[in-house]
Amino acid sequence: MKEPIIRLKGVVFKYDERYVLKGVDLEIFEGERIGLWGPNGGGKTTLLYIIMGFLKPESGIVEILGKVRNKEEDFLEVRRKLGFLFQDSDNQLFCPTVKEDIAFGPLNLGKSREETFKIVEETCELLGLNGLKERLNHKLSYGEKRLVALGTVMAMKPVCYLLDEPCLGLDEMTQKRILSILRNNAKTYLLVSHNKEFLRQTTDKVYLLKDGRLFQIPPNFL
Amino acid sequence: MHLEAFAEGDSFLHRMDSRVKIIVFLIFSILCATSKALRIPFLYLLFSISLILCSKVRLKVLFIRLLGANFFIGLIWIFVPLGYFPLDQALMVTLKANAIVMATIALLATSSIFSLARASLDLGFPKKLVSIVFLLYRYFTVNHEEYERLKRAISARGFIPKLNVHTYKTYGHLIGGLLVRSYERAEETYKCMLSRGFKEDFPIYEVLKLKKKDLIFGIIMILISAFIRFKA
Repeated sequence: MKEPIIRLKGVVFKYDERYVLKGVDLEIFEGERIGLWGPNGGGKTTLLYIIMGFLKPESGIVEILGKVRNKEEDFLEVRRKLGFLFQDSDNQLFCPTVKEDIAFGPLNLGKSREETFKIVEETCELLGLNGLKERLNHKLSYGEKRLVALGTVMAMKPVCYLLDEPCLGLDEMTQKRILSILRNNAKTYLLVSHNKEFLRQTTDKVYLLKDGRLFQIPPNFL
Repeated sequence: MHLEAFAEGDSFLHRMDSRVKIIVFLIFSILCATSKALRIPFLYLLFSISLILCSKVRLKVLFIRLLGANFFIGLIWIFVPLGYFPLDQALMVTLKANAIVMATIALLATSSIFSLARASLDLGFPKKLVSIVFLLYRYFTVNHEEYERLKRAISARGFIPKLNVHTYKTYGHLIGGLLVRSYERAEETYKCMLSRGFKEDFPIYEVLKLKKKDLIFGIIMILISAFIRFKA
């Protein structure tokens, strides 16, 4: 049997004395599109942060790409291979211009200037950002920021995406655009959303994260 | 980052009125700083150590703070064996500085920055100055959070610092980003404040009441400070 890309076993996490995750098990295999649904403050973002190594669990095993990850160094590889879309785009974008931000990831992966240039072109084409390339990031509108943030992640061609509320606060048009981009270009992802309709259209399997535990939800329930 | 590490505690020093603590601190510092004979700052040091013990602050954090302060004093000691700086002077500076730093921690750091701001307004400090100090502190933490967020954004996309232009450029973007963001946040916050009727100073909501034990505490502390300076 193939190894999963992400495997969590009995992950427990607490903020001060408040337990947010009380033993979470999760496996994500290549080609799976998984949704994560749950109430506010239920620990969805925390779970993603643990996978990326920004938070360290109290106990439990975090196994990513076939290796158990504990220390900060273990996560350097994880961050290069997984693509994380932050809930707040202001947390994602930090370069002065759109094109520099999209180029940042590929450059970190050691791509040459020419290759990076090509990737930036392709990504902007794909997301319809051609008109924005030279624009300043902090002057973008909210919706534009969301798209650029998705672009910066897609430019790294990750093996698995972790998408934290990709459609929060977007109009229907932009939502549809993101939906089709994901459908056609992302093979494996874990998508956090409150939007049932969006989850139904983008994912094959949905988990509910409630009271610190994961439950699989039958598709007809959504 | 946690700047109010000492403010969360439960000792009688934590419970004292911040205005009294500020006055005691000012008198302590002035008397200590102006003392001439070597034994006097030594006694002040013992006094502030006992205050620290009363305040029950975490000693590990305290030592880290003291280390920071004593780094600069250490520079003086480099010049003592070279004969540029007399030994008794160096000793005096070290004793006074440590006594005052420890008194700061025991008396001021045991109050939250908000209650210190409130107290200094009550004591008649200029409103503008207090507002600036308070906002500076408030946004120092916000900016630090912003920095943490940017750092996370950078590492989420597989950045590993190396000795190359890409790394320098990235750090440049990081600092630039902090500047732009803090400026824009300041503008936004100011708009929010204006829309809630802000007029250059913070209105005072609660009226602080001086209790008897605050007064007794203040008088005893001032008497001890004065006794050390003039009678010891």
